[in-house]
Amino acid sequence: MNQLIGLAGAIIVCGNQSGPASLFSRTITYIGRRKDIIWELLVEHIYLVLVSIAIAIVISIVIGVMISYKTGPAIVVLTVCQILMTIPSMAMLAFMVPIFGIGFTTGVVALILYSLLPIVRNTYTGIKEISPAIVESAIGMGMTEWRVLTKIKIPLARPVIMAGIRTATVMIVGIGAIAAYVGAGGLGELIFQGISRSNEPMIIVGAIGVSVIALAFDFILSWGERKLMAISKTGEVK
Amino acid sequence: MIKIEGVSKIFPGSKIPAVDNLNLEVKEGDICVLVGPSGCGKTTTMKMINRIYEPSSGSIYVNGQDALKMNPIKLRLDIGYVIQEIGLFPHMNIEENVATVPNEKKWPKDKTKKKVAEMLTLVGLDPKIYGKRYPSALSGGQRQRVGVARAMVSDPPIMLMDEPFGAVDPITRARLQNEFLRIQERISKTIVFVTHDIDEAIKMGDTIAVIRNGKLIQHATPSDLLSAPADDFVANLVGRNRSIKRLHLIRIHEILDNVDRLKPAIEDLPLDDLKKKLDESDIRSVMVVDRDNKLKGVIGVADLKRKVGKVAADFVQEIDQAVTDDATLNDALSVMLECGEGFVAVVNEDEQYQGTITLGDLLNVVKEEG
Repeated sequence: MNQLIGLAGAIIVCGNQSGPASLFSRTITYIGRRKDIIWELLVEHIYLVLVSIAIAIVISIVIGVMISYKTGPAIVVLTVCQILMTIPSMAMLAFMVPIFGIGFTTGVVALILYSLLPIVRNTYTGIKEISPAIVESAIGMGMTEWRVLTKIKIPLARPVIMAGIRTATVMIVGIGAIAAYVGAGGLGELIFQGISRSNEPMIIVGAIGVSVIALAFDFILSWGERKLMAISKTGEVK
Repeated sequence: MIKIEGVSKIFPGSKIPAVDNLNLEVKEGDICVLVGPSGCGKTTTMKMINRIYEPSSGSIYVNGQDALKMNPIKLRLDIGYVIQEIGLFPHMNIEENVATVPNEKKWPKDKTKKKVAEMLTLVGLDPKIYGKRYPSALSGGQRQRVGVARAMVSDPPIMLMDEPFGAVDPITRARLQNEFLRIQERISKTIVFVTHDIDEAIKMGDTIAVIRNGKLIQHATPSDLLSAPADDFVANLVGRNRSIKRLHLIRIHEILDNVDRLKPAIEDLPLDDLKKKLDESDIRSVMVVDRDNKLKGVIGVADLKRKVGKVAADFVQEIDQAVTDDATLNDALSVMLECGEGFVAVVNEDEQYQGTITLGDLLNVVKEEG
């Protein structure tokens, strides 16, 4: 959604400038002239998001599973994640710099922190929503805790976890643009440089690029989610 | 086989024990039914046997071994477990569901496959039709059957069943109960069966343990429980109309020989003979069978006027509900009330006609027993 608004914004910017046709053609010229660097930054941006989300998935699912066993810690962990989410991204990045310096790592760490809440929360709820009777009969038949987790709980919670991963991914594509501020690279560089040099085509290419990545991830992940839903739908019993 | 000695359970945060110094012994091959009002501790008692709950004090012996000292996983793998909600795994098909315990025991694939098919057949589900279906595609009764098959697949000597036939309509329940008792006759498991329904307890139990407020009030055979309830609570539980409850204890085939009833009409019997037969009938109806003694339906006196024809087959009315000869007299009574008829046809497993039971026959039984 945010990306769509961004896209619309970019188009409006085009319209308000000295003449839509001239800005449009300037942008096209810019893309033609700098397509190597644009492509490089696009790939860099995707790489930044993929690395962050991959690490975030592992960490968040582990945390989500752990807190599903204890209600007290669950509330604490979920609240902490909630608070992390509310920190403005600029501030978050600024906090990171003294610890991790300037560069790719700082961006990754910040993006991981932002991805935690959706995935942890969905892992937790996905597991909690499984009917207690299903878990009890699994235990009662002699499954070990590990087998219950891997054979019953995670497969049943998978569609919900996937939805969390999708939310997190699309969100950090946008935040990833700001990570260029601390030298993490990506399309954000075009936007920041474009602003400082008053180079509109640069800003527009950066913004549209970010939107395209976000829409692409959203499309691919929602397709995957539907696939998973279809699998568990055949056996859906609540 | 199962021995519960001085077992108590106090849940954290509660002062009153859920189970209070309970002693109970279940003999090998017996069905022991735990019965009592909800919240009386019967389910808790059952769930301490496979250590879903750990007792606060006391000891439990399963097959001579101290269950509380055993590895709980090992203990549970040898105890079949069915709960009221059944708890089938929605993301696994029926075969995979039934194969749960064999997979945990790491049986070879072909052994598991063979045994799963055998179990599904035993509970009356064709593995070729139902094996690949998912639980959501099954009716309530079928799910319960799968639950029972899943619990029995590794041939555990002991089964724990918590209202396994609870979530289905009364007629399906009666059928599942009868089928289960028929299977039990063959396999003789030691079973702890929990229910709040005293009728089910009387029907299913070799012994009945009445529990109230976590205490065992009486442990006796159904017959003794009916004739000599230990106190007012038990007397109330089994109810005033105890002679009617006895109908649960008698199977239809036990009284069928004493019932002198008209031979059924073969379907090609000519009209004149049919009229004669109807005149002789004390229920003004005649059962109709085919040449192989398979029940086709019934003809009442009124049917002769309503239809035109030459032989019995032209007048026959289909019967909605017949009972099998291993059903109880109470099942027969329910069917009569359900259909609003004073009689019910009895068939065997292969739908061969066995005889007819009337309301009058049931009254005679109650009179004699009472």
